[in-house]
Amino acid sequence: MSAIATQLSPAAALPKWLAPLLLIAFAYVVIPLIGNSYLFEAILLPFLALSLAGVGLNILTGYAGQVSLGSAAFMAAGAFAAYNFNLRIEGLPLVASIILSGLVAAAIGIVFGLPSLRLKGFYLAVSTLAAQFFVQWALTKFSWFSNDSASGVIDAPKLSIAGFEFDGAVGRYLFALTVVVVLTFLAHRLVTSQTGRNFIAIRDNDTAARIIGIPVLKTKLLAFAISSFIIGVAGVIWAFAYLRTVEPAGFDLDRSFQILFIIIIGGLASIRGAFLGAALIVVFPLALSRLGNFLLGDVFDSGVLDMSQRIVLGALIILFLILEPDGLVALWDRIWRRLSLAWQSS
Amino acid sequence: MPISNHAFGAIEASVYAPEIFAQGLPAAQRLAHGDRPRQPAAEDAAPLLAFEGIGLSFGGVVALADVDLSVRPGEIRAIIGPNGAGKSSLINVISGVYRPDRGHVRHYGARYAQVPTQRLARLGVARTFQNLALFKGLSVLDNVASGLAYRTRSNFAGQILGVGRTRREQQEQRGRADQVLEFLHLTDVRDRLAGTLPYGLQKRAELARALVAEPRLLLLDEPMAGMTAGEKSEMAAYVRAARDRFATTVVLIEHDVGVVMGLSDRIAVLDYGRKIADGTPDEVRNDQRVIDAYLGVASDNEEGAGI
Repeated sequence: MSAIATQLSPAAALPKWLAPLLLIAFAYVVIPLIGNSYLFEAILLPFLALSLAGVGLNILTGYAGQVSLGSAAFMAAGAFAAYNFNLRIEGLPLVASIILSGLVAAAIGIVFGLPSLRLKGFYLAVSTLAAQFFVQWALTKFSWFSNDSASGVIDAPKLSIAGFEFDGAVGRYLFALTVVVVLTFLAHRLVTSQTGRNFIAIRDNDTAARIIGIPVLKTKLLAFAISSFIIGVAGVIWAFAYLRTVEPAGFDLDRSFQILFIIIIGGLASIRGAFLGAALIVVFPLALSRLGNFLLGDVFDSGVLDMSQRIVLGALIILFLILEPDGLVALWDRIWRRLSLAWQSS
Repeated sequence: MPISNHAFGAIEASVYAPEIFAQGLPAAQRLAHGDRPRQPAAEDAAPLLAFEGIGLSFGGVVALADVDLSVRPGEIRAIIGPNGAGKSSLINVISGVYRPDRGHVRHYGARYAQVPTQRLARLGVARTFQNLALFKGLSVLDNVASGLAYRTRSNFAGQILGVGRTRREQQEQRGRADQVLEFLHLTDVRDRLAGTLPYGLQKRAELARALVAEPRLLLLDEPMAGMTAGEKSEMAAYVRAARDRFATTVVLIEHDVGVVMGLSDRIAVLDYGRKIADGTPDEVRNDQRVIDAYLGVASDNEEGAGI
């Protein structure tokens, strides 16, 4: 059914890479011209960091079917690793310290992925909580990680690549955008490759996967490693480009849940889903606060905002799970199909 | 692996032979041609697969008790029996999902206490499942191509960057998958998600996934369960055609005695975990113990005295 609909749609005539390419061009050229610093600081930077984290978690949870509640821990590992590489190795280029920090996160991901060889579903999710608590505890307990800073809160270094400084909101936005575009492209290549199909095979039926000769254990650990790598780099963007401080408190369990919600609302096993979900999660509280202020005025203070956010977000998640388990992506595709059919018949 | 390479070479020749596209030959024609892959000496040759004194129990429930069974190269070997007779347990022992308490499996001369599941595909064994075990989130083509995943030698980095042998490997796998899809008349649905297919086609897609690896031993766990009579005879024709085209030995578990009688070369009958009969369809059909197991035994105490 869906195959027929795609054939009918006018978009099918256009190459698949055109839409993402136009979007990237828009993000590089138009947005820096029209955006103000509020747009970059409050919306686009957290959106980019959370989208990337969503892409990373989607590889693990959406594609490979391993539920994880430790995303924020891998973000923290990435952020602190990048900070320490930058601090302790003189003259290390930023790109190298980002890649190294991703590798550190990947290594931690493999360690905490080991229980997945025996545990499944809910039990695995609980065991990944260990990563969440352990990493946060270690970063707080050993002040070496934060260079013995008294407050535990440290300023992120300036972003510069090959002498070019990414200063100001626009610079940091372009830096984050570049990292996200590159990693998302690689992630897309991965999930459409043989390895990506092995992930799906293990998710859908791991006994059958084992019997047809897919190396299940290796593939699961690979999913943990790649996912943690991407989430770790997302942590670097979060700390270096968005917050510009590195502190363990921002990478708590709430953040892990937030990333999990992003992929559930956006759509599991979909790269686009991570971006749609992140957009909703980032824009939604801001929109709610604007709307609350507009409708209720002073009564709508930050306490009420926080509470109403939780209520509405919770309701939204329940609604999504019931009405559209495949997430915003499925909704998007359906609307798009309807529109193109309507356009054709008119 | 010299042995398997040799096998692939021989099978490739048969896959690309023009007559492969003349699919679904009726049984009579096949016999007239006498194009069975089996060599004349194979009847006496060492069995491809043998169970020796297999015992398996779950807690106090005996699933299999001292089962001996041998499978000759090139034959279609059926295992039948009433519900709970231990048929699926037997298939799970061959594929290493269960480890028998006693006895061992002899496969191609090697003896296993537990068959190594991870290496099964490399040993030339493929199977289907009683409850559909397709990967629902993949297209039919990708499902079938995944049957060749064990042969993949490129790593994930090479696949992401598209360098090295990745491209050639993928083309080859898809090409083979396409051939098997055509052979089983599944080409029309190749791009659909496996989970969206009707039941009968899913069963056939699972057969395709098992066949694409050109296994020496194909295990079918109730391939016709839940099918209509028409679908069953269609499936039986596909199984026979697959055996003939891919030179595969088939071990088949089935409920429907009628279909099995027409399809198999030899039949073993299990009841309460024991083998009660083993022979050609005719021998089995006339075996008194088989009739008793299937139809029940008239009680000696029909008048109910003493109850």
